[in-house]
Amino acid sequence: MQRHIISILIENESGALSRVAGLFSARGYNIESLTVAPTEDPSLSRMTILTSGSDEVLEQITKQLNKLVDVVKVVDLSEAAHVERELMLIKVRATGKDREEMKRMADIFRGRIIDVTESTFVIELTGASAKLDSFIAALDAGLILETVRTGVCGIGRGDRILKV
Amino acid sequence: MMISGAEIVIRCLQEEKVDCVFGYPGGSVLHIYDALFKQDQVKHILVRHEQAAVHAADAYSRSSQRVGVALVTSGPGVTNTVTGIATAYMDSIPMVVLTGQVPSFYIGQDAFQECDTVGITRPCVKHNFLVKDVKDLAVTIKKAFHIASTGRPGPVVVDIPKDITAQMCEFDYPKTIQMRSYNPVVKGHLGQIKKAVQILQEAKRPIIYTGGGVILSDAAEQLTKLAHKLNFPVTNTLMGLGGYPATDKQFIGMLGMHGTFEANNAMHYADVILAIGARFDDRVIGNPEHFAEEKRRVIHIDIDPSSISKRVKVDVPIVGNVQDVLEEIVKLMDSGFKTDPDVANWWKQIDAWRGRESLRYKQSEHIMPQYVMEKLYEVTGGNAFVTSDVGQHQMFAAQYYKFDKPRRWINSGGLGTMGVGLPYGMGVLMANPDAQVACVTGEGSIQMCIQELSTCKQYGFPIKIINLNNGMLGMVRQWQEMFYSKRYSQSYVTSLPDFVKLAEAYGHVGMKIEKPEDVEPALRKAFTEHKDDLVFMDFIIDPVANVFPMVAAGKGLTEMILAEDL
Repeated sequence: MQRHIISILIENESGALSRVAGLFSARGYNIESLTVAPTEDPSLSRMTILTSGSDEVLEQITKQLNKLVDVVKVVDLSEAAHVERELMLIKVRATGKDREEMKRMADIFRGRIIDVTESTFVIELTGASAKLDSFIAALDAGLILETVRTGVCGIGRGDRILKV
Repeated sequence: MMISGAEIVIRCLQEEKVDCVFGYPGGSVLHIYDALFKQDQVKHILVRHEQAAVHAADAYSRSSQRVGVALVTSGPGVTNTVTGIATAYMDSIPMVVLTGQVPSFYIGQDAFQECDTVGITRPCVKHNFLVKDVKDLAVTIKKAFHIASTGRPGPVVVDIPKDITAQMCEFDYPKTIQMRSYNPVVKGHLGQIKKAVQILQEAKRPIIYTGGGVILSDAAEQLTKLAHKLNFPVTNTLMGLGGYPATDKQFIGMLGMHGTFEANNAMHYADVILAIGARFDDRVIGNPEHFAEEKRRVIHIDIDPSSISKRVKVDVPIVGNVQDVLEEIVKLMDSGFKTDPDVANWWKQIDAWRGRESLRYKQSEHIMPQYVMEKLYEVTGGNAFVTSDVGQHQMFAAQYYKFDKPRRWINSGGLGTMGVGLPYGMGVLMANPDAQVACVTGEGSIQMCIQELSTCKQYGFPIKIINLNNGMLGMVRQWQEMFYSKRYSQSYVTSLPDFVKLAEAYGHVGMKIEKPEDVEPALRKAFTEHKDDLVFMDFIIDPVANVFPMVAAGKGLTEMILAEDL
């Protein structure tokens, strides 16, 4: 069971997302995260799916995705050099001595505090998923009020370009 | 000139040379039905239930090279078609289903007869569309026909809101269509084809295993030519029957769960499998682990890359249209191809397996279903279009009716939909008006779409219904006998109608046949004297006849159960 990042260029039509999500659920494939937004060409959307499975399952996933009529291109980013990022917003309790501690932790992880109230901070943190996991692990669980993560997005390094 | 959306729909059908649609009117499609009324190029067949419209359109496709079309209203009209769409999808049948939708400004408001058509049908279509602008209507219908009929074919749904059919627009039907996201491969990779030819040359125990892909790409002629050149044994899947002449000496029968002894053994012990337009499904290879125990090389030709290495690891994948690839192989073989001399020994082995005569059956005082199929074959000279429902009768027809031509065996292979037989007969007759059509069914299946007897009367479809009546849901009963210690849970059908009277009530001819000696005369009478009538033949058959050979679920292909006396 290996972790794979699948990038998809898909026609930006209504229902495109449900075709992809439906394919994964109908055939029993995993989705660990999924992100989607239009590209610089508004007629196309780019979708990034974090999934896992054996080589055979991954072969089927890419073949089945390619079969969807709206899908223009599919690539398994994790097959070669790539960079990946995920964004997290995390709301924490920040009162008394925790206030200073939270500020310090955010600095160590190169997060930014983007909202401040008398008792809370919202910290923005970007990085590979593992870094976000470590940040959560480093905080006192009792102080975490809310987290929201975008899911992984990724791009091939150098000349590896996914374009029509 | 501006015309209405409804008129555009009909003009599109005319441009696609659609000669008939199967459908049922309702609120959301009234504009379209009005446009249909004002012309006579596209005929309409009014079914009695929307499920039958889709089955009939499906059979129209299966029995011809054209795309079948169904037209239904929104809401229940659509939900009634789902079984038919899924049936066509599983067997890769090209079909376009036009569905009415509530006006676009009502969508999402739980309007009368509203349902999420695109959402409900999404998992069982090749593609579907919701038309949101009348300017997109013609191009969407063009895309639908293009997608349905190219690549691996399949059903396409076009959902059209009622207000779109009322709006006015210029009509401009595109001659061709380009889609950047949809470009199916046709030509096979030459390097792969060369590799395949090399392996075929080295094969000592080869088998050609073919499925519905041969029928769909109209490659029966090319397959026969190739097989004769190679002198290899040929087996067909249920969907592939007729892709290779069943009376040819190289044909070793259907394989799989109810395949012949020789076909299943040859498939299992082959050192080279040439798989053509077939997908190694669970009913064909049995337990995949057992199948994987033998070492062999597999060449797989298929238009759909996702069918390759899905269930069985393939050594030489060739993605392409079966017909084109087979032609390419034959061309390459012309230059000095030599079959391995060991193939002669392989044929000796196959003949020994054939000697088991695994389709032999015992006559009894009852009518045996196998006997009815043999007589049907004789009486129709092997030339009938045989539609079938699902169950024991389907297997008997597949085993005992020898199909020499493609597109003559019309059944639901993948989804296994009971009730298709009668509407399939209607579709066949619309595509082939002079055909002899036999609908092989059982008293369970026929009742699932029996209302279509009324449609058959209205349009004079002279289908010959061969009802193999054992008073049991036979295939269920067979499994219960063999695997559930004869606990016949809900497999006995009581309170059957008098089928003769039922047929007569609909204005057809009914016959009840109870003795073996009456089988042939009844069939002859039906196909001659009542040539132009629908004849419902109720054959009261042996209630406990079972289908053999049988590979039980989870068993290996060679672990067949044969009839007791073999």
